[in-house]
Amino acid sequence: MLKIEGLTAEIDGKTILNGIDLELPTGEVHAIMGPNGSGKSTLSYVLSGREGYEVTGGSVTFNGIDILAMEPEERAATGLFLAFQYPVELPGVGNANFLRTALNAQRRARGEPEVDAMQFLKLARAKMKALNMPEDMLKRGVNVGFSGGEKKRNDVLQMALLEPKLAILDETDSGLDIDALKIVADGVNALRGPAFSALVITHYQRLLNYIVPDRVHVLMGGRITRSGGPELAHELEAQGYGQAAA
Amino acid sequence: MPAVAETIEAVQSVTEGGYKWGFSTDIEMEFAPKGLNEDIVRFISAKKNEPAWLLEWRLKAFAIWQKMETPVWAAVQHPPIDFQDAFYYAAPTNAQKPKSLDEVDPELLKTYAKLGIPLKEQAILAGVEGAGDTPAEGRMPIAVDAVFDSVSVATTFKDRLEKDGIIFCSISEAVHKHPELVREYLGSVVPQADNFYAALNSAVFTDGSFVYIPKGVRCPMELSTYFRINAKGPGLFERTLILADAGSHVSYLEGCTAPQRDENQLHAAVVELVALDDATIKYSTVQNWYPGDAEGKGGIYNFVTKRGACRGARSKISWTQVETGSAITWKYPSCILLGDDSVGEFYSVAITNNRQQADTGTKMFHIGRNTKSTIVSKGISAGRGQNTYRGLVRISPKAVGARNFTQCDSLLIGDQCGAHTVPYIENRCMSAKVEHEATTSRIAEDQLFYCRQRGLTEEEAVGLIVNGFCREVLKELPMEFAVEAQKLLAISLEGSVG
Ligand SMILES: Nc1ncnc2c1ncn2[C@@H]1O[C@H](COP(=O)(O)OP(=O)(O)OP(=O)(O)O)[C@@H](O)[C@H]1O
Ligand SMILES: [Mg+2]
Repeated sequence: MLKIEGLTAEIDGKTILNGIDLELPTGEVHAIMGPNGSGKSTLSYVLSGREGYEVTGGSVTFNGIDILAMEPEERAATGLFLAFQYPVELPGVGNANFLRTALNAQRRARGEPEVDAMQFLKLARAKMKALNMPEDMLKRGVNVGFSGGEKKRNDVLQMALLEPKLAILDETDSGLDIDALKIVADGVNALRGPAFSALVITHYQRLLNYIVPDRVHVLMGGRITRSGGPELAHELEAQGYGQAAA
Repeated sequence: MPAVAETIEAVQSVTEGGYKWGFSTDIEMEFAPKGLNEDIVRFISAKKNEPAWLLEWRLKAFAIWQKMETPVWAAVQHPPIDFQDAFYYAAPTNAQKPKSLDEVDPELLKTYAKLGIPLKEQAILAGVEGAGDTPAEGRMPIAVDAVFDSVSVATTFKDRLEKDGIIFCSISEAVHKHPELVREYLGSVVPQADNFYAALNSAVFTDGSFVYIPKGVRCPMELSTYFRINAKGPGLFERTLILADAGSHVSYLEGCTAPQRDENQLHAAVVELVALDDATIKYSTVQNWYPGDAEGKGGIYNFVTKRGACRGARSKISWTQVETGSAITWKYPSCILLGDDSVGEFYSVAITNNRQQADTGTKMFHIGRNTKSTIVSKGISAGRGQNTYRGLVRISPKAVGARNFTQCDSLLIGDQCGAHTVPYIENRCMSAKVEHEATTSRIAEDQLFYCRQRGLTEEEAVGLIVNGFCREVLKELPMEFAVEAQKLLAISLEGSVG
């Protein structure tokens, strides 16, 4: 269970999160929707521990553990994964090398045995096939020269390999074509189960046809202003934030 | 160096602290008296039982050196070196060259074992077969010449190499066994008067490696020299000479470490390469001399002259260096492209962390027609490190159709370090093409966060990003060497973030 209580945070002295309360029970998928600049990405960075995002109040626990006190890599090792709104390029760093390094870093932190190059390759190939990604993407630099959609898919591949307990997907659907959207949704659905939960940030109801959420929250002005079932997404789509969110 | 494939782990397991090669070994040493004069030069020559011509050669170098001034043009700073306050000869006391490895001081063998360099051939082979997660098939063993302070202690795989007519031995041995080759080529690429430190080296060089690859022979294994400074006080003045006869091919690796000491030690080496028609020499260095502590105390002054002459048509000399150690690095591996269609390459990674200073680069002299050179330099500065790329591309009027491509990239970590690029281009040929590209960048916060979100620590993230930055150079290294170099880069930058 992810429990966020009265969370406030600022960037460069400017308050962005104004007291967020949210409970995400283990095994559930919740969607977060909200206008541009309302603080959705900020929330995802605060949860994952990015430098420069200063928590000024409130608390966040994951399965009872205070995650705000942890380093970003420690949060990752406990199973928190963020699919970035804008995945980052790492020139010269091979995708396969990056994935294996990340996987082994997390396994090490959890006291699990590392996977060797052969095991990893087998694993990665299987996951890539499921995501319909060409294998040569393993050899290329991380996200370097990838198209917008390819970057998103590459993040989902990382998620599939790292098998997180809590995934935050920040507009992973933006920029995806219709087929890719289904593939990415399948990737998320494949992880769904009693031990997995996800926060899916999106602007479009369409994604939620494929990843059906248990709850939908509206984030406006750094606060959750409304919560409801999947039907709330349809209402927002039809009426916009002006009417539906208040 | 598969002989050194496990170096990092092996050494990490025996030492602690930032620099992991900082142990010293208890071995009885014989020193020449402190200071430098003609008598010391004679002493060294006598110790080595050298022929008269070589003593003359040394004395001439000494006379030249005495008239020279310490160079001041490099962008490095250090207190003046008192050349009279140093030892110029130190050797393990049982320096009677061992006849077989069984006679080598067990302490020495242990030292090399600690470094992950087994000197017993069967151990080397066993090490190669059992190494790593890649299959051993197709992997070549490496022949190693181990130089401990001033003396070559062991050379492996000699017999196997002799079958192909390849000579791989210490230069002292070559002076006695192959005087005609040494006499013809010694100083033919780096003359005694070349520069201050080359003149000093010519006067007092103690040992180093000698390689001769006969006509048309492709050397069946990597050749490697491993240098270790151990004794307190003396500098290391080694001299390496590699001759590749027509149509031959050789890949040579050089590695080095030193114990952690508070005082500065001088390393003034000279390396000369000669490639005849259609010959190729690939020379790779992973330099990891003790860099000094975080405050800049101690560390090696690495003042080295390396130069190769592509004398034959279509010959090729390729330098690859990964410079992570030393308090100061002053080094410009160069190519003289005499033969038509000859090729010179320089691939370099230089890291400066804490108070380290590096002024390094290359010189490419285009003299023959259609000569080509490629320069790829990656400088990484962290802490208060200062990193200068200094390069010269000179194209003579006769070098019709010559081409050069230079790329210099600098990466800064933190805001107290410096990166400088000083490229000189002297083009006296209308038809020549010279290209130069340069970039300076920093490790971006979003890159670090991306890596950390995936589970890497900040230091692992920096290591990974830096390795990515250096990829074009690292891929030029022989595979096992590349693995070691990657780990070394990460270790060198420890403590540079956060
Ligand atoms: N470094 C910064 N300094 C000042 N303000 C910032 C900084 N970074 C973000 N902000 C502001 O914080 C607010 C929230 O940004 P955030 O990226 O969280 O929005 P979002 O809900 O993800 O929007 P979108 O839907 O466009 O992705 C915006 O008004 C943004 O301009
Ligand atoms: Mg956003």
